[in-house]
Amino acid sequence: MKIPYYPGCTLNTVAKGFDLSARESARTLGFELCELEQWSCCGASFPLTPDNIIGLTSPAKVLTAAAKVDSVVTTLCSVCYNVLKRTAETLSEDRERQKVVAEFIEEEYNPSIEVLHFVEILRDKIGFEKVKESVKRPLGGIKAAAYYGCMLLRPFKTMGIDKPEAPTVMEDLFSALGLEPVDFPKKIECCGAHLAMTREDVVAKLSGDVIESATECGAEIVVTSCPLCQYNLEEAQKRAMEERRDWKTVPIVYFTQLLGYALGQSEEEAGLDKNKWDVRALFKEKGVGLCQG
Amino acid sequence: MKIKIENRALHSEELKHLERITGEDPAKCYQCGNCSAGCPLSYIMDYPPSQMIRLLQLGRIDEAKSAESVWLCVSCMQCYARCPKDVSAGTLFEGLRQLTLREGEDYKKIKELDMPFLKGAPQQALVCGFRKFVS
Ligand code: SF4
Ligand code: SF4
Repeated sequence: MKIPYYPGCTLNTVAKGFDLSARESARTLGFELCELEQWSCCGASFPLTPDNIIGLTSPAKVLTAAAKVDSVVTTLCSVCYNVLKRTAETLSEDRERQKVVAEFIEEEYNPSIEVLHFVEILRDKIGFEKVKESVKRPLGGIKAAAYYGCMLLRPFKTMGIDKPEAPTVMEDLFSALGLEPVDFPKKIECCGAHLAMTREDVVAKLSGDVIESATECGAEIVVTSCPLCQYNLEEAQKRAMEERRDWKTVPIVYFTQLLGYALGQSEEEAGLDKNKWDVRALFKEKGVGLCQG
Repeated sequence: MKIKIENRALHSEELKHLERITGEDPAKCYQCGNCSAGCPLSYIMDYPPSQMIRLLQLGRIDEAKSAESVWLCVSCMQCYARCPKDVSAGTLFEGLRQLTLREGEDYKKIKELDMPFLKGAPQQALVCGFRKFVS
Protein backbone atom coordinates (compact mmCIF):
# COMPACT_ATOMS: atom_id res chain seq x y z
CA MET A 1 0.00 0.00 0.00
CA LYS A 2 1.28 3.45 -0.98
CA ILE A 3 -0.08 6.56 0.69
CA PRO A 4 0.63 10.10 -0.52
CA TYR A 5 2.45 11.95 2.19
CA TYR A 6 2.80 15.66 2.90
CA PRO A 7 5.77 16.30 5.23
CA GLY A 8 5.43 20.09 5.58
CA CYS A 9 8.26 22.56 6.21
CA THR A 10 9.17 21.75 9.77
CA LEU A 11 9.47 18.00 9.27
CA ASN A 12 11.72 18.68 6.35
CA THR A 13 14.15 20.57 8.58
CA VAL A 14 14.18 20.79 12.38
CA ALA A 15 11.86 17.84 13.02
CA LYS A 16 13.63 15.39 10.73
CA GLY A 17 13.52 12.68 13.41
CA PHE A 18 9.73 12.86 13.39
CA ASP A 19 9.68 12.39 9.61
CA LEU A 20 12.31 9.66 9.25
CA SER A 21 11.03 7.51 12.11
CA ALA A 22 7.54 7.57 10.57
CA ARG A 23 8.72 6.65 7.07
CA GLU A 24 10.73 3.72 8.37
CA SER A 25 7.91 2.58 10.67
CA ALA A 26 5.52 2.59 7.73
CA ARG A 27 7.89 0.32 5.78
CA THR A 28 8.07 -2.11 8.69
CA LEU A 29 4.28 -2.15 8.89
CA GLY A 30 3.95 -2.88 5.18
CA PHE A 31 3.10 0.44 3.58
CA GLU A 32 4.96 3.31 2.03
CA LEU A 33 4.69 7.03 2.67
CA CYS A 34 5.14 8.53 -0.80
CA GLU A 35 6.17 12.15 -0.49
CA LEU A 36 4.24 14.40 -2.88
CA GLU A 37 6.44 15.31 -5.82
CA GLN A 38 5.79 18.99 -5.41
CA TRP A 39 4.53 20.70 -2.34
CA SER A 40 4.57 24.07 -0.63
CA CYS A 41 4.06 25.28 2.93
CA CYS A 42 0.45 24.83 4.14
CA GLY A 43 0.45 28.32 5.65
CA ALA A 44 0.73 27.03 9.22
CA SER A 45 -2.59 28.53 10.25
CA PHE A 46 -6.04 28.04 8.85
CA PRO A 47 -7.54 31.38 7.73
CA LEU A 48 -10.43 31.80 10.14
CA THR A 49 -12.09 34.65 8.30
CA PRO A 50 -14.02 33.02 5.45
CA ASP A 51 -13.33 35.87 3.04
CA ASN A 52 -9.59 35.24 3.24
CA ILE A 53 -9.26 33.18 0.08
CA ILE A 54 -5.54 33.85 -0.22
CA GLY A 55 -4.97 31.85 2.96
CA LEU A 56 -6.68 28.87 1.36
CA THR A 57 -4.58 28.82 -1.80
CA SER A 58 -1.46 27.29 -0.36
CA PRO A 59 -3.18 24.29 1.30
CA ALA A 60 -5.49 23.97 -1.72
CA LYS A 61 -2.43 23.60 -3.92
CA VAL A 62 -1.16 20.78 -1.71
CA LEU A 63 -4.56 19.06 -1.80
CA THR A 64 -4.71 19.38 -5.57
CA ALA A 65 -1.26 17.83 -5.92
CA ALA A 66 -2.34 14.93 -3.71
CA ALA A 67 -5.63 14.43 -5.55
CA LYS A 68 -3.66 13.80 -8.74
CA VAL A 69 -2.22 10.60 -7.27
CA ASP A 70 -4.83 9.30 -4.82
CA SER A 71 -8.03 10.00 -2.89
CA VAL A 72 -6.24 10.31 0.46
CA VAL A 73 -3.24 12.21 1.76
CA THR A 74 -1.56 11.81 5.10
CA THR A 75 0.57 14.05 7.25
CA LEU A 76 2.23 13.95 10.67
CA CYS A 77 2.39 17.52 11.95
CA SER A 78 -0.77 18.43 13.87
CA VAL A 79 -0.82 21.92 12.35
CA CYS A 80 -0.45 20.73 8.74
CA TYR A 81 -3.17 18.20 9.43
CA ASN A 82 -5.47 20.87 10.84
CA VAL A 83 -4.90 23.30 7.98
CA LEU A 84 -5.25 20.71 5.21
CA LYS A 85 -8.29 19.04 6.70
CA ARG A 86 -10.12 22.28 7.35
CA THR A 87 -9.31 23.59 3.91
CA ALA A 88 -10.62 20.38 2.32
CA GLU A 89 -13.77 20.65 4.38
CA THR A 90 -14.39 24.31 3.79
CA LEU A 91 -13.98 23.96 0.03
CA SER A 92 -15.74 20.63 -0.37
CA GLU A 93 -19.26 21.94 -0.95
CA ASP A 94 -18.46 25.47 -1.98
CA ARG A 95 -18.33 25.62 -5.78
CA GLU A 96 -17.96 29.40 -5.82
CA ARG A 97 -14.86 29.43 -3.65
CA GLN A 98 -13.43 26.42 -5.46
CA LYS A 99 -13.58 28.50 -8.63
CA VAL A 100 -11.85 31.49 -7.06
CA VAL A 101 -9.15 29.27 -5.54
CA ALA A 102 -8.66 27.59 -8.93
CA GLU A 103 -7.96 30.97 -10.49
CA PHE A 104 -5.31 31.72 -7.92
CA ILE A 105 -3.56 28.36 -8.08
CA GLU A 106 -3.93 28.24 -11.86
CA GLU A 107 -5.35 24.75 -11.96
CA GLU A 108 -8.66 23.14 -11.22
CA TYR A 109 -9.29 22.43 -7.57
CA ASN A 110 -10.19 18.80 -7.01
CA PRO A 111 -12.41 18.46 -3.92
CA SER A 112 -12.33 14.66 -3.73
CA ILE A 113 -9.54 14.23 -1.23
CA GLU A 114 -9.55 12.90 2.29
CA VAL A 115 -6.96 14.11 4.80
CA LEU A 116 -5.85 11.52 7.34
CA HIS A 117 -3.41 11.88 10.16
CA PHE A 118 -0.71 9.21 10.31
CA VAL A 119 -2.14 7.91 13.58
CA GLU A 120 -5.50 7.44 11.84
CA ILE A 121 -3.76 5.33 9.18
CA LEU A 122 -2.24 3.21 11.94
CA ARG A 123 -5.56 2.84 13.74
CA ASP A 124 -7.96 2.43 10.81
CA LYS A 125 -5.95 0.99 7.94
CA ILE A 126 -3.24 -1.03 9.69
CA GLY A 127 -4.78 -1.66 13.12
CA PHE A 128 -3.09 -1.32 16.50
CA GLU A 129 -3.21 -5.13 16.85
CA LYS A 130 -0.88 -5.46 13.88
CA VAL A 131 1.34 -2.72 15.30
CA LYS A 132 1.50 -4.66 18.55
CA GLU A 133 2.43 -7.87 16.75
CA SER A 134 5.25 -6.05 14.95
CA VAL A 135 6.84 -4.68 18.11
CA LYS A 136 10.36 -6.00 18.57
CA ARG A 137 11.31 -3.89 21.52
CA PRO A 138 8.46 -3.35 24.01
CA LEU A 139 8.98 -0.02 25.75
CA GLY A 140 9.27 -1.25 29.32
CA GLY A 141 6.04 0.16 30.75
CA ILE A 142 7.38 3.71 30.71
CA LYS A 143 4.67 6.10 31.84
CA ALA A 144 3.80 8.20 28.81
CA ALA A 145 1.49 11.22 28.66
CA ALA A 146 -0.16 11.86 25.28
CA TYR A 147 -0.26 15.60 24.79
CA TYR A 148 -2.87 16.28 22.08
CA GLY A 149 -2.93 20.07 22.32
CA CYS A 150 -5.36 21.94 20.07
CA MET A 151 -4.83 21.17 16.44
CA LEU A 152 -5.61 17.45 16.31
CA LEU A 153 -8.97 18.04 17.94
CA ARG A 154 -10.45 21.45 17.33
CA PRO A 155 -12.80 22.54 15.94
CA PHE A 156 -14.38 19.24 16.88
CA LYS A 157 -16.90 19.21 14.06
CA THR A 158 -14.20 19.25 11.40
CA MET A 159 -11.21 17.60 13.00
CA GLY A 160 -12.83 14.69 14.81
CA ILE A 161 -9.71 12.53 15.10
CA ASP A 162 -11.19 11.07 18.28
CA LYS A 163 -13.53 11.89 21.19
CA PRO A 164 -13.26 15.67 21.51
CA GLU A 165 -12.80 16.15 25.26
CA ALA A 166 -11.29 12.80 26.15
CA PRO A 167 -9.36 11.38 23.21
CA THR A 168 -7.58 8.04 23.63
CA VAL A 169 -6.18 7.20 20.20
CA MET A 170 -2.59 7.96 21.24
CA GLU A 171 -2.98 6.08 24.51
CA ASP A 172 -4.26 3.04 22.60
CA LEU A 173 -1.17 3.17 20.42
CA PHE A 174 1.04 3.50 23.51
CA SER A 175 -0.44 0.33 24.98
CA ALA A 176 0.42 -1.51 21.76
CA LEU A 177 4.04 -0.33 22.09
CA GLY A 178 4.43 -1.49 25.67
CA LEU A 179 4.17 1.94 27.26
CA GLU A 180 1.89 2.73 30.16
CA PRO A 181 -0.45 5.54 29.14
CA VAL A 182 -0.98 8.26 31.73
CA ASP A 183 -4.12 10.38 31.63
CA PHE A 184 -3.73 14.00 32.73
CA PRO A 185 -6.02 17.05 32.97
CA LYS A 186 -4.21 19.34 30.54
CA LYS A 187 -3.84 16.94 27.63
CA ILE A 188 -6.06 18.99 25.31
CA GLU A 189 -4.92 22.45 26.47
CA CYS A 190 -2.83 24.89 24.44
CA CYS A 191 0.98 25.16 24.72
CA GLY A 192 1.00 28.86 23.80
CA ALA A 193 1.59 28.20 20.09
CA HIS A 194 2.96 31.12 18.04
CA LEU A 195 3.10 33.40 21.08
CA ALA A 196 6.62 31.95 21.21
CA MET A 197 7.33 34.86 18.88
CA THR A 198 6.00 37.61 21.11
CA ARG A 199 5.34 36.35 24.63
CA GLU A 200 7.87 33.84 25.83
CA ASP A 201 6.58 34.35 29.38
CA VAL A 202 3.09 33.22 28.42
CA VAL A 203 4.39 30.17 26.59
CA ALA A 204 6.56 29.30 29.58
CA LYS A 205 3.49 29.35 31.80
CA LEU A 206 1.11 27.43 29.52
CA SER A 207 3.66 24.82 28.48
CA GLY A 208 5.02 24.57 32.01
CA ASP A 209 1.49 23.91 33.30
CA VAL A 210 1.01 21.16 30.73
CA ILE A 211 4.22 19.43 31.80
CA GLU A 212 3.45 19.75 35.49
CA SER A 213 -0.05 18.43 34.97
CA ALA A 214 1.48 15.38 33.24
CA THR A 215 4.23 14.74 35.78
CA GLU A 216 1.84 15.14 38.70
CA CYS A 217 -0.05 12.22 37.20
CA GLY A 218 3.14 10.20 37.06
CA ALA A 219 4.32 10.78 33.48
CA GLU A 220 7.98 10.06 32.73
CA ILE A 221 7.76 11.34 29.16
CA VAL A 222 5.43 13.67 27.28
CA VAL A 223 4.53 12.69 23.74
CA THR A 224 3.42 15.00 20.96
CA SER A 225 2.55 15.14 17.29
CA CYS A 226 3.41 18.81 16.80
CA PRO A 227 6.86 20.37 16.35
CA LEU A 228 5.67 23.67 17.80
CA CYS A 229 4.32 21.95 20.94
CA GLN A 230 7.63 20.13 21.18
CA TYR A 231 9.62 23.34 20.85
CA ASN A 232 7.47 25.20 23.37
CA LEU A 233 7.54 22.38 25.89
CA GLU A 234 11.31 22.12 25.62
CA GLU A 235 11.91 25.88 25.80
CA ALA A 236 9.57 26.19 28.79
CA GLN A 237 11.66 23.63 30.63
CA LYS A 238 14.86 25.55 29.92
CA ARG A 239 13.30 28.55 31.56
CA ALA A 240 11.80 26.55 34.43
CA MET A 241 15.24 25.13 35.20
CA GLU A 242 16.63 28.63 35.55
CA GLU A 243 13.81 29.75 37.79
CA ARG A 244 13.09 26.68 39.87
CA ARG A 245 15.75 24.57 41.47
CA ASP A 246 13.37 21.66 42.00
CA TRP A 247 12.38 21.42 38.32
CA LYS A 248 12.90 17.92 36.95
CA THR A 249 13.14 17.82 33.18
CA VAL A 250 11.01 15.45 31.17
CA PRO A 251 11.83 14.23 27.64
CA ILE A 252 9.39 15.53 25.02
CA VAL A 253 9.24 13.06 22.14
CA TYR A 254 7.27 12.53 18.94
CA PHE A 255 4.96 9.53 18.94
CA THR A 256 6.68 8.14 15.83
CA GLN A 257 10.03 8.08 17.63
CA LEU A 258 8.52 5.71 20.17
CA LEU A 259 6.80 3.74 17.44
CA GLY A 260 10.02 3.44 15.45
CA TYR A 261 12.14 2.43 18.40
CA ALA A 262 9.57 -0.16 19.48
CA LEU A 263 9.52 -1.54 15.93
CA GLY A 264 13.26 -2.09 16.08
CA GLN A 265 14.80 1.08 14.65
CA SER A 266 18.21 2.14 15.91
CA GLU A 267 18.44 5.13 18.23
CA GLU A 268 19.63 7.27 15.30
CA GLU A 269 16.89 6.08 12.95
CA ALA A 270 14.29 6.92 15.57
CA GLY A 271 15.99 10.31 16.06
CA LEU A 272 16.47 9.70 19.78
CA ASP A 273 19.72 11.65 19.66
CA LYS A 274 17.87 14.77 18.54
CA ASN A 275 15.69 15.55 21.56
CA LYS A 276 16.82 18.22 23.96
CA TRP A 277 16.16 15.99 26.96
CA ASP A 278 17.41 12.57 26.18
CA VAL A 279 14.93 9.75 26.54
CA ARG A 280 17.68 7.13 26.14
CA ALA A 281 18.68 7.23 29.80
CA LEU A 282 15.14 6.30 30.73
CA PHE A 283 15.10 3.43 28.23
CA LYS A 284 18.30 2.17 29.77
CA GLU A 285 16.93 2.44 33.27
CA LYS A 286 13.85 0.42 32.27
CA GLY A 287 15.93 -2.19 30.50
CA VAL A 288 14.65 -1.29 27.03
CA GLY A 289 17.38 -2.01 24.54
CA LEU A 290 17.88 -5.24 22.71
CA CYS A 291 15.27 -6.31 20.21
CA GLN A 292 13.29 -9.43 20.92
CA GLY A 293 12.50 -12.17 18.43
CA MET B 1 -23.13 52.20 36.42
CA LYS B 2 -24.48 54.05 33.41
CA ILE B 3 -23.63 52.71 30.01
CA LYS B 4 -24.19 54.88 27.00
CA ILE B 5 -25.12 52.98 23.88
CA GLU B 6 -25.15 54.94 20.68
CA ASN B 7 -27.34 53.86 17.82
CA ARG B 8 -24.69 55.00 15.38
CA ALA B 9 -22.04 52.81 17.01
CA LEU B 10 -24.36 49.81 17.18
CA HIS B 11 -24.83 49.92 13.43
CA SER B 12 -21.41 51.16 12.40
CA GLU B 13 -20.01 50.15 9.06
CA GLU B 14 -16.90 48.71 10.70
CA LEU B 15 -18.97 46.41 12.93
CA LYS B 16 -20.96 45.23 9.93
CA HIS B 17 -17.69 44.67 8.10
CA LEU B 18 -16.36 42.58 10.98
CA GLU B 19 -19.51 40.46 10.94
CA ARG B 20 -19.23 40.07 7.20
CA ILE B 21 -15.60 38.94 7.13
CA THR B 22 -15.99 36.57 10.09
CA GLY B 23 -19.47 35.22 9.37
CA GLU B 24 -20.14 35.59 13.10
CA ASP B 25 -23.03 37.32 14.84
CA PRO B 26 -22.02 38.64 18.27
CA ALA B 27 -25.72 39.17 19.13
CA LYS B 28 -26.16 35.40 19.45
CA CYS B 29 -23.97 35.37 22.57
CA TYR B 30 -25.91 35.36 25.85
CA GLN B 31 -22.87 36.06 28.02
CA CYS B 32 -22.66 32.76 29.87
CA GLY B 33 -18.89 33.13 30.15
CA ASN B 34 -18.03 29.56 29.13
CA CYS B 35 -15.60 30.81 26.50
CA SER B 36 -13.68 32.91 29.01
CA ALA B 37 -13.61 30.05 31.48
CA GLY B 38 -12.08 27.73 28.89
CA CYS B 39 -9.74 30.21 27.22
CA PRO B 40 -6.13 29.49 28.23
CA LEU B 41 -5.19 33.15 27.73
CA SER B 42 -8.01 34.69 29.78
CA TYR B 43 -5.72 35.04 32.75
CA ILE B 44 -3.64 37.62 30.97
CA MET B 45 -6.16 39.29 28.65
CA ASP B 46 -7.48 42.80 29.26
CA TYR B 47 -10.83 41.60 27.88
CA PRO B 48 -11.37 37.84 27.90
CA PRO B 49 -13.48 36.47 25.03
CA SER B 50 -16.96 36.96 26.55
CA GLN B 51 -16.18 40.56 27.50
CA MET B 52 -14.77 41.17 24.06
CA ILE B 53 -18.03 40.00 22.56
CA ARG B 54 -19.92 42.24 24.98
CA LEU B 55 -17.95 45.21 23.69
CA LEU B 56 -19.06 44.31 20.18
CA GLN B 57 -22.68 43.92 21.31
CA LEU B 58 -22.50 47.44 22.73
CA GLY B 59 -21.02 48.80 19.53
CA ARG B 60 -17.66 49.57 21.10
CA ILE B 61 -15.59 48.18 18.26
CA ASP B 62 -12.75 50.70 18.64
CA GLU B 63 -12.13 49.52 22.18
CA ALA B 64 -12.28 45.91 21.02
CA LYS B 65 -9.84 46.54 18.19
CA SER B 66 -7.28 48.19 20.39
CA ALA B 67 -7.42 45.62 23.20
CA GLU B 68 -4.24 43.64 23.81
CA SER B 69 -6.39 40.48 23.95
CA VAL B 70 -6.61 40.57 20.16
CA TRP B 71 -2.91 39.72 19.93
CA LEU B 72 -2.96 37.20 22.75
CA CYS B 73 -5.62 34.91 21.32
CA VAL B 74 -3.87 31.87 19.81
CA SER B 75 -6.83 30.47 17.82
CA CYS B 76 -6.92 27.32 19.92
CA MET B 77 -10.72 27.22 19.55
CA GLN B 78 -11.41 26.12 23.09
CA CYS B 79 -13.93 29.00 23.30
CA TYR B 80 -15.85 27.75 20.29
CA ALA B 81 -15.75 24.17 21.54
CA ARG B 82 -17.41 25.18 24.79
CA CYS B 83 -19.92 27.74 23.50
CA PRO B 84 -23.56 26.65 23.85
CA LYS B 85 -24.63 29.24 21.27
CA ASP B 86 -22.22 28.22 18.51
CA VAL B 87 -20.40 31.55 18.60
CA SER B 88 -16.72 31.47 17.72
CA ALA B 89 -14.93 34.10 19.75
CA GLY B 90 -11.68 32.87 18.21
CA THR B 91 -12.98 33.79 14.75
CA LEU B 92 -14.04 37.25 15.96
CA PHE B 93 -10.54 37.74 17.39
CA GLU B 94 -9.07 36.80 14.01
CA GLY B 95 -11.43 39.29 12.36
CA LEU B 96 -10.29 42.02 14.73
CA ARG B 97 -6.65 41.24 13.93
CA GLN B 98 -7.47 41.34 10.24
CA LEU B 99 -9.11 44.77 10.55
CA THR B 100 -5.80 46.16 11.74
CA LEU B 101 -3.52 44.13 9.47
CA ARG B 102 -5.58 44.89 6.38
CA GLU B 103 -5.01 48.57 7.04
CA GLY B 104 -1.33 47.80 6.53
CA GLU B 105 -0.44 48.09 10.20
CA ASP B 106 1.85 45.47 11.71
CA TYR B 107 1.52 44.32 15.30
CA LYS B 108 5.08 43.12 15.25
CA LYS B 109 7.91 44.21 12.99
CA ILE B 110 10.12 41.41 11.77
CA LYS B 111 13.22 43.40 12.63
CA GLU B 112 12.13 43.52 16.28
CA LEU B 113 12.35 39.75 16.63
CA ASP B 114 15.03 38.04 18.58
CA MET B 115 17.79 36.39 16.54
CA PRO B 116 18.00 33.23 18.67
CA PHE B 117 14.26 32.79 18.23
CA LEU B 118 14.44 33.25 14.47
CA LYS B 119 17.27 30.74 14.24
CA GLY B 120 15.96 28.13 16.66
CA ALA B 121 12.19 28.13 16.24
CA PRO B 122 10.43 25.64 14.01
CA GLN B 123 9.37 27.12 10.66
CA GLN B 124 5.71 26.70 11.48
CA ALA B 125 6.07 29.11 14.43
CA LEU B 126 7.52 31.76 12.14
CA VAL B 127 5.01 31.30 9.35
CA CYS B 128 2.08 31.25 11.76
CA GLY B 129 3.39 34.20 13.78
CA PHE B 130 3.93 36.29 10.66
CA ARG B 131 0.44 35.55 9.46
CA LYS B 132 -1.07 36.56 12.76
CA PHE B 133 1.05 39.64 13.47
CA VAL B 134 2.34 41.09 10.20
CA SER B 135 0.28 42.79 7.49
S1 SF4 C 1 -19.54 30.74 25.51
FE1 SF4 C 1 -20.70 31.56 23.76
S2 SF4 C 1 -22.63 32.33 24.63
FE2 SF4 C 1 -21.22 31.99 26.35
S3 SF4 C 1 -20.25 34.01 26.65
FE3 SF4 C 1 -18.90 32.86 25.27
S4 SF4 C 1 -19.58 33.41 23.20
FE4 SF4 C 1 -21.20 34.03 24.63
S1 SF4 D 1 -9.33 30.81 20.30
FE1 SF4 D 1 -8.53 32.61 21.35
S2 SF4 D 1 -10.25 33.37 22.55
FE2 SF4 D 1 -10.74 31.28 21.98
S3 SF4 D 1 -10.05 30.04 23.71
FE3 SF4 D 1 -8.36 30.10 22.23
S4 SF4 D 1 -7.07 31.81 22.84
FE4 SF4 D 1 -9.05 32.05 23.91
